Formats: sequence, structure tokens, C-alpha cells
Amino acid sequence: MIKNGYYGEFGGAYIPEMLYPAVEELRANYEEILASPNFQKEFQELLEVYVGRPTPLYFAKNLSQKAGCKVYLKREDLCHTGAHKINNTIGQILLAKHLGKKRIIAETGAGQHGVATATACALMGLECIVYMGAKDILRQAPNVSRMKMLGAKVVAAESGSKTLKDATNEAIRDWINHPESTHYIIGSVVGPHPYPDLVARLQSVISKEVKKQLLKYEGRDYPDYLVACVGGGSNAAGLYYDYLEDERTQIIAVEAAGKGLLSKETAATTQLGKVGIIHGSKTLLMQNTDGQITEPYSISAGLDYPGIGPMHAHLFTSKRATFMSIDDSEAMQAGLMLSQTEGIIPAIETSHAFAIFNHKKFEPDDVVVFNLSGRGDKDLATYIDYFKLDQQ
Amino acid sequence: MKSTLIKNRIQEKISTKDNLLSIYFTAGFPQLQDTRKVISNLAEAGVDMIEIGLPNSDPIADGEVIQKSSTQALQNGMSTSLLFQQLKGIREEIEIPLIIMGYFNTMLQFGVEKFCRTCADLGIDGIIMPDLPVEVYEKDYKDIFEKYELNFICLITPQTSEERIRKIDQVSTGFIYMVSTASTTGKTSGFGPQEIDYFKRIRNMNLKNKCIVGFGIKDQKSFSQVCQYAKGGIIGSAFIQSLKENGIDKIGEFVKQIRTSH
Repeated sequence: MIKNGYYGEFGGAYIPEMLYPAVEELRANYEEILASPNFQKEFQELLEVYVGRPTPLYFAKNLSQKAGCKVYLKREDLCHTGAHKINNTIGQILLAKHLGKKRIIAETGAGQHGVATATACALMGLECIVYMGAKDILRQAPNVSRMKMLGAKVVAAESGSKTLKDATNEAIRDWINHPESTHYIIGSVVGPHPYPDLVARLQSVISKEVKKQLLKYEGRDYPDYLVACVGGGSNAAGLYYDYLEDERTQIIAVEAAGKGLLSKETAATTQLGKVGIIHGSKTLLMQNTDGQITEPYSISAGLDYPGIGPMHAHLFTSKRATFMSIDDSEAMQAGLMLSQTEGIIPAIETSHAFAIFNHKKFEPDDVVVFNLSGRGDKDLATYIDYFKLDQQ
Repeated sequence: MKSTLIKNRIQEKISTKDNLLSIYFTAGFPQLQDTRKVISNLAEAGVDMIEIGLPNSDPIADGEVIQKSSTQALQNGMSTSLLFQQLKGIREEIEIPLIIMGYFNTMLQFGVEKFCRTCADLGIDGIIMPDLPVEVYEKDYKDIFEKYELNFICLITPQTSEERIRKIDQVSTGFIYMVSTASTTGKTSGFGPQEIDYFKRIRNMNLKNKCIVGFGIKDQKSFSQVCQYAKGGIIGSAFIQSLKENGIDKIGEFVKQIRTSH
């Protein structure tokens, strides 16, 4: 699907020359390192004994009954640190070691990727600096504490809107200023080539496991539908990866509509975005007519990114995937529904995916695999506040 | 590859003068309507070239000073079309080379050809887009730039390989923007042996383009230092800091203090 760093017209590396040597070093080496037996051995071992893989593919009986189809949940919420993010950070930290890097930087929005990076750095004994929007630091205090406890330095991004996109800008600036010592662990399938491809490959362990597990449970290794939420799109990329060329499987991507597509407070990039450049990648992004990036909104901090990975932009324009947008209230209700139907409290990002039952009818024989990308512990305060759980 | 035969005010300036002082400023800063006044004050003060910065919401190559000026300019209401309006008739007043510097997305949204055509109509001599890679430029946009006789000025850094510098030299026109150190704008102060070695190394490559050094030049000392090894120097952050502190009426004094001893 990817050719010379592009997915169709999307992707590439629109970076200033100051960043070129560092990105080029990564581009020239990542495929070989990822394919090397040394890397694979270490990576697979850590995924198994440290991350806790393979994660279960759970047949959700109650939800299946309710939804009128066969629903499977890929339990990425059971990974160490509580979400799929760690698949990528473990892979990239090994890559950084192979490249001889001593210093790790990362950006984070809700803090999940920051925690996963800080965890990997603690494990490997590498210096870790996480950039986080000043606003997000206030909103996501528990994750900030987790990162600090893990030994990471959390730096507030005070520029622009003080959220994820600004944290990403600051991380890129840091990299420009420390090109030789530092590896930048991007948390999603965004940024300049090779990042979208690198992160997608590291997350592809999700779809590889789904294949094996489905064969065992269903006697066929492909589902009729794959469903995942998409902000930048890393959990979705991981779930779709091995099925991208398999037309028997339909792909559904769920974006956050925030307060609604017409509200201006939304993160539904494919619905409202236009082709442009963000963080070194040509993709769909929300911007004004002058090309200035507009601030997204979603109740889930992990989905409020103004762009979308170039692979997803291509899946959207080529119609390989169906994109749906789910607003805050539907997502919150779906989170509650999953908690009470299956006894699993999902991250609010993930909750968006489960709201599609309001909009899409499946056939009784349809096998539908959801990526349960993260658990809801980090979102308890938001759930409590939203449902007034402390007043019941 | 077709050879590039752009010849405008930049080529004229480069071929007739040394110790070139180029000043960068953010359009629409400090006040929205300051653009013309900043340009005329700079020209009057005797700078050799002006880089007009098109503000961007996410200027990844810039440090804090330019970032903040960008944010302010956007809040003031600056936009691509407004800047072009403000520049109407500029060539009736200003003779020195004028360059537009910005991020590629701004150009892309305006329309690359329309952007270039407008620049040509206004009498702009060149464009610097740090995040438009030389490979993409060559493949998709070089013909358009040449059609409108606009110089495309590329950047090199201390980490750029010799092979890549040669390639950039082939594609870049007007001059090469030589980034002094691996940094965002406004980060460094003064140049040590490492930078001097790099300046010498580039000088000894005998490139087709002359090099003008940017990033880290903030005063007379750093400016005269780079002029020993390159065609001139570019000042951005230090000038914007001065605009912020001293206002647009003190531009003459800022330039004079850089120029003293030249």
C-alpha cells in the first residue's frame, strides 16, 4: 500500500533540512533493523513477557446478543500500561538502541503514549523527555504523575493552543536541536515518512494475532468487519494492517465528532479536513482557508488531533474504509453500555467505536472485530463527572 | 536537467556586493498594518535584502521569538491574501531584493501557481519554504517557479552530507541559506571553532551558489564573523526581539549597530 513513502497522494516527508539527516538515518535503517533476527527476537520476547501478548480475542457473548451479530473484542486494554501504545514504544526503543541513540523524546496528548514511552525508557535505562501541552498537563494529572514516577521529564508545551499538536511541534523542535543523540518516538501513524509505516508495522502485531485467533474460533482467519477508533490512527492501523489487501473484510474507522460536525468543536478530520501538511506529512487535516491548523475538540484527549495518519487519509479517499463520526454523548453512552454489558470499562477513545451500533446494522452471521484499544481507568474522572456517578 | 537562468534583483545584489545583510521579519507584527513601514524602514536603513515572513500556526523550524511573533501576527489578522494586498505597489518604493519565507502548507492552500504568479506580479524575487524538500520541489514545482522567475532558496545545515549539498546547490537559485548550527531559529549565540570549520568547509566546496548564513546571528560580532566566510548573514529572531522591545521607529538604529565597522 505504501510506495516511496506515500499512500496514494498522502504521506511523504515535508520536513525542514535541519531534520533531514535524523529522519533519513531512520528511513535508511528501519526496515533492515525491524527485519533482523536480533531485533525480532528481542521484540517478540518483550511483547510476550513484558507487554503481556498475545492479548485475548474475546467473543463478547452479551454484546453479540444485543447487537445481533458476532462481536469479538481484541483486548489491547490488557496490555501493560493499559493500551496498545506500548507495542510501538517497545519496538521503537529497541530501534533507538540499534541506532545507538541515548536520549528519547516523545509527544503526548492524553498521556498514554507518554506513559508507554516513559515505561520503555525505564526498562531500557534511557533518558526520557515527554512534551505535553500545558493544557493537557492540567487535564491529565494522573498520567503526568505516572510519567514522573517512571523517571521521565515532562516538559510543558506553552506555544500555540497548548495541546497535542503543540507538544508535537515542541518535540520536533527538540529533535532539530539534538539531531545526533536523540530518537523521537512518535506515538501514532503520523509525522514524516518513515514514521507512519514504522508505527503501523509495530502495531501490526494486533492484526497478526487476530488472524490466528479467529481461525481458531471461527474456522476462518478473516472477519467480515474490523472496527477501530481513529485519532492519528495507530490502533486502527494495527488492527487493519494484515487485512488491508483482503477485500473480504470491510474496514470501519470511527472518528470523534466532539460536540457535532457542525459545532466547530470536533475532531472528525475526514469529514471536515482538507489536504495539507501537518507535522511533516501530507494528509487530511482541519485547517482554515489560509492553511492555519485549527484546534480540534473531543471529550477524549486521545482523539483530538487535527490531522489523521496518511494511510487512513488514503483509506478514506480510496473508499477502502468507511468512516463514521460519533459525538461525545454517543461515545459516553457506549462506554457505559460496554461496561455494563461485558464488565469492561473502555477508554473514552475506544468507546467511540462501540457507538456504531446506533448507526450500522449487521447481519446475524457477521463476524465483527473491535479493537478494544485502551482501558478506562485514566478516564474515570470524566465518566464520573459525565454520569454524575458520585451523586448516585 | 534544464539549467536555471533566473536573473533578478537577488542575482544582481549577490554579484555586486559583499557582507550582505538580510533581515527577516514576520508580516503583520507587531501591528497588522506595520508590514510596509517595516520594509521601508529596513530599506532606508540600508539592509541588502528583506525576508518577509508569512506567519504560520505551527512553525516547526522556528524558536520561541519567531513563533510568538507568528502567533501575534495571526491574532492580528494576517493572512496570505492580506499580505499580498499590503505589498501592492511595493516596487514603486523599494528596490532591494524581497523574499517571501513561510511554510509550505500556506502556499499549498493558496495554490502554488497562484502564489507564484502573485509574487511575480508584486516583484518578489525569491521564496524560502523550509519544509518543502528539494526532491518534491524539483519534481512538482520547479517548472512553476521558473515560469514566474522566482528563486527557490534552499537550506543546508552542518549535518547535510556533501552529496546532498551538491544536489541542493544544483536546484537552489539565488543563494543557499546556510543554517549555522543544528537548531531552531534564535537558539544560539556566537560561533565557535565547530561552526567556523563548517563555514570553511562549505566555502571550500566552491558551490555554484553563494551562501548566506542564518540562525544565531544577533549582533555586529556574529554578523562580521559570518561575513568572513560567506556572502553575508541573515538576522531574524534578534530583529524581531528588537521590534518587540523598541518598536518600528528604531529599526535604523538596530541596523546601524549591526553594520558598525563594515
